[in-house]
Amino acid sequence: MSIGKKVLLYMALTVSGLVMVFPILYAFLISFMQGGEVLQGSLWPESFSLANYFSAFERVPLLTYLWNSLVVSVLIMVGQLVLCSLAAFAFVFIEFKGREWIFYLFISTMMIPWEATMVPNFQTVQSLGWLNSYAGLTIPFFAMAFGTFLLRQQFKTIPKELYEASQIAGISKLRFFTGVVLPVAKTTITTLAIYSFLTAWNMYLWPLLVTNNEANRTVQIGLKQMQTQEIASDWGVVMAGVVMVILPTLILLFAGQKRLQEGLTQGALK
Amino acid sequence: MTVIRQEATSGSTGDWHLERKRAWSNWMTGMMFLLPSLILFGVFLFYPMVRTVYLSLFLTDSQGVPVVFVGWENFVNLFQSTSFQLSAKATALFVLYTVPAGIVLATALAILANQKLRGIGLFRTMFSATMGMSVAASSVIWMFLFNPSIGLFNRILAALNIPGVQWLLDPQYALLSVSVATIWMNTGFAFLILLGGLQNIDQSLYESARIAGVSESYKLRKITLPMLSPTLFFVTTVSLINAFQTFGQIDLLTRGGPMESTNVIVYSIYKDAFINYNVGSASAQAVLLFVAVLIVTVLQFKIGERKVHYQ
Repeated sequence: MSIGKKVLLYMALTVSGLVMVFPILYAFLISFMQGGEVLQGSLWPESFSLANYFSAFERVPLLTYLWNSLVVSVLIMVGQLVLCSLAAFAFVFIEFKGREWIFYLFISTMMIPWEATMVPNFQTVQSLGWLNSYAGLTIPFFAMAFGTFLLRQQFKTIPKELYEASQIAGISKLRFFTGVVLPVAKTTITTLAIYSFLTAWNMYLWPLLVTNNEANRTVQIGLKQMQTQEIASDWGVVMAGVVMVILPTLILLFAGQKRLQEGLTQGALK
Repeated sequence: MTVIRQEATSGSTGDWHLERKRAWSNWMTGMMFLLPSLILFGVFLFYPMVRTVYLSLFLTDSQGVPVVFVGWENFVNLFQSTSFQLSAKATALFVLYTVPAGIVLATALAILANQKLRGIGLFRTMFSATMGMSVAASSVIWMFLFNPSIGLFNRILAALNIPGVQWLLDPQYALLSVSVATIWMNTGFAFLILLGGLQNIDQSLYESARIAGVSESYKLRKITLPMLSPTLFFVTTVSLINAFQTFGQIDLLTRGGPMESTNVIVYSIYKDAFINYNVGSASAQAVLLFVAVLIVTVLQFKIGERKVHYQ
């Protein structure tokens, strides 16, 4: 590659990179600004004081919201991993009548937009007494076709002979599952875990529907609350809240970016 | 009698018995592994979908309890209401604004980031960053950028001596503004998948092209884009479905306004069901949303199948 072409490429990369991250970077910078600076339209804060962060934690129960989001995301992640890997195991290793039919049933779930079912789902959760509870926020999302297919692809790489041998040796299916299959699929499971956590942390519509008090709200709904209350004019404080919300997922994304890309591509091209 | 019974338990019939017993035990274990997923799909996806169709044929009270069977009336009312026509128009325009532009942008970034250069990892991280951003956080940031008095866009316009625009309050601009923010939010995910698709292309193709001495644009048109087409196709489908399901940025940025210009379908369902307590109408709209997504998915399967044949 010629030097000229390299310089050109780096310039294109830098410009587009800056355009893409600018809104995020700007939010970080504003979170350190005092009210006057924001109104003047400064791009760089005069000092990096944490005053806005303290204020954000004081004015809304941000810590409770963050904790709720963490619990909900971890529960959904674990629930999805368990259910998806169990289902994927059955699709790969256990042959029985009607398996194909159930597989098509799983595929068909991907054609139903979740939003089209939200009214009866709300009624169901309400009648179960799950409004404002972790159960209502998490359990409806435990089953996931995409994750099942992703793991199924991975499980298929395990030789069938290994499974048959273990059956003859009298090793139970559950032991084969936990002892052989899960360790082999470790990377794919990690990918799925990152994806699940990201998606769960960022959920908006469902938590908005099923929580209506401060004790059970997730942090995304906390942002809406910050934006609609009188704090809204205090952009420094609002952006401090935004930073607290995006920091965990950004760190997770940067750590797992390569893995996520490989896993999602695998799922896409299945 | 004894003889017959002995015969029955030995030989091929015995195998058949054993076979049947094994099939039964396999079925039991298989179902044990699948049952948790099946139950949840049943309770939180299939049942509510059927229930939605059912509710769409009824007049409901404010609790969402069906009261009078009205057949197609909810649908007829919908198609005759200006509000729904506006919502359908907003949804179609939103899809039109966000999907093609988003895919072109993400593809360009993916091609740019697929170079073997020192430090390319940093740029890839920058391009994929929006995947870690929630809809709520992104919307709050864009709300600030769109702010008429202190937001970045009007400041740039002011610097150029152009009068400011009410980005989110002017019916002419609101949907366009939300679309720009949405394209930005969705780029990270599309970029990551397209980059993966690019990296899966057989490098020997480019090697042969280099030896043949063909131009860069020829390589892009004849190797990169055709080889990337399955991934592009997948990203298009996902983007289309996502666009139909948009809610968060509407709720935070415009609440469906001004003058219902951004009242896309899911927001409209939400408003009818949870603010106006008109569950019948909301269910009818949900059924239409389901049909729209179904058409996109079926098309994907059909066209995807054909592509495999031609390869």
